[in-house]
Amino acid sequence: MANGLKGILIILVYLILGNCLSYAIDNFIPGSVFGMILLFISLQIGFVKEESIESIATFLTTNMTLFFLPPAIGLMASYKILGDNILTIVLSVVVSTILVIAVVGKIQDKIGKDE
Amino acid sequence: MKNIINSEPVILALTIFCFLLGTLINKKYSKPYTSPILLAIIFLIPLLLVLDIDYPTYEKGTHVITFLLAPTVVALGYNMHKQSKSIKKNIVPILITVFIGSLVGVLSVIGICKLFNAPMEIMTAMEPKSVTMPIALGISERSHGILSLTAVSVAICGILGSVIGPWLLEKIKVKSPVAKGLAMGAASHGIGTARAMEMGPVEGAVAGMAIGIMGIFTSIIIPIIEKLM
Repeated sequence: MANGLKGILIILVYLILGNCLSYAIDNFIPGSVFGMILLFISLQIGFVKEESIESIATFLTTNMTLFFLPPAIGLMASYKILGDNILTIVLSVVVSTILVIAVVGKIQDKIGKDE
Repeated sequence: MKNIINSEPVILALTIFCFLLGTLINKKYSKPYTSPILLAIIFLIPLLLVLDIDYPTYEKGTHVITFLLAPTVVALGYNMHKQSKSIKKNIVPILITVFIGSLVGVLSVIGICKLFNAPMEIMTAMEPKSVTMPIALGISERSHGILSLTAVSVAICGILGSVIGPWLLEKIKVKSPVAKGLAMGAASHGIGTARAMEMGPVEGAVAGMAIGIMGIFTSIIIPIIEKLM
């Protein structure tokens, strides 16, 4: 239990650090992304032990689909403007997804090595 | 009665119930289009309408869930750490490739939206559509996009990529497992990664790493493009 709490505290501290950095550059990049980068670096150099955040990190990342259900329900409130632009929306998602897959796959195939 | 229905416990229970129902159906009929989030949206909206719970009330009632989005992004740093061993040899090519992929993803959305004269809040909502949901919502919120559109386009982007990705990669003759995994993760985040894991262990690990890198690059690229426009 105490171990789980320690993990929660570590995640919160990294989020706060990230938010401070984000504030310092005028919220240019979300604080949570800074927090993620800082946590990644701290784990790589062994400053934070894997075991101490394993349970909370696994809980959060395996259940994250639930956390974005409430924003998605906002469809209820914004269906009018979305309906008016449905063609643009569908086209953007389809074309852009195909382009990203093709470009990333092709370039990495050319310049990368196999592990 | 209205007070009870509009209370946090009821709203939270409904949300988790619909999500679990979606997950259960997805487990039984494991197809990309039975994605738990899309099913949960389809179950939950009619329920809220019948019970006469309006969106502002719902939003307030689920605050405790949405609060977890930012800590989840931080926790993704742990996932990146776990998968970092799989990309050691390829780190430079991977960074270059994902950077270009991120640019292509954002610019193609801007191009199409400009072409059709779409409102600003629609364009900014869709720019981060290839990024994992918690990061995409953070980016969209920052640039005042419609959050529900971000959530739905991220989900659809993931489903679409996981369905056509393997076929498309085959068609354009992408051979290396690293390249395949990277494309799946960069374009279709977690849903693409789940599909990449079925393609092979290298594909899966690289796709997982691509989620984090794509998130970082896209959150840097979008505000820069906004400044330039």
